[in-house]
Amino acid sequence: MAKNEIKYLTAIKQEKPKKKFCRFKKYGIKYVDYKDVEFLKKFINEQGKMLPKRLSGNSLKYQRKVGDAIKKARQMALLPYVTDLLK
Amino acid sequence: MNNYELMIIFTPVLSEDDFKSAQKKYTELVTENGGAIVHSNPWGLKSLAYPIQKKTTGIYWVLEYTANPDFNEKMKIQMLRDEQIMRHMITKLDKNAVEYNYVKRNGGFKVTEKMEG
Repeated sequence: MAKNEIKYLTAIKQEKPKKKFCRFKKYGIKYVDYKDVEFLKKFINEQGKMLPKRLSGNSLKYQRKVGDAIKKARQMALLPYVTDLLK
Repeated sequence: MNNYELMIIFTPVLSEDDFKSAQKKYTELVTENGGAIVHSNPWGLKSLAYPIQKKTTGIYWVLEYTANPDFNEKMKIQMLRDEQIMRHMITKLDKNAVEYNYVKRNGGFKVTEKMEG
């Protein structure tokens, strides 16, 4: 039993998830433009649904701004409400 | 005098000069009622993300202007009556938005760059 137990000298280093940061605070972006579709696509998944704050890494204040911008873009047919394989 | 941004989707069957005359009509409407045009930006024919009124393409037009608050109501009545317009949206621009549009027009900056000014 003890034979097949492999002992490592140092603990196995699991891959730590990348530290998420709020890109708006870091790069000092103040306004989320609803016309800038390429930028908004970073915050929606393949079905065209909005990514939650914990995945997109945004702070609350900017997640709301992104949410408003996405809803405006959907209203003006720049972004689809629902689709598949959007990217 | 607040800053507003108007985005209009026209029907794709609109010819070039109709599109120009429609633009002129609304810009005059703004200037007559004491507003001022900051920037007009016709995008032209674009495909829509989902069909509107059974049409899959539309002619986009973005107009940035300053006007007094009660003017937008008159503008909306005009636009609802005009059947060339499939959809319109007026958004109020705060100071960050105005600065963003200004920088976008003149300086052109990558989103990841730190916004200057």
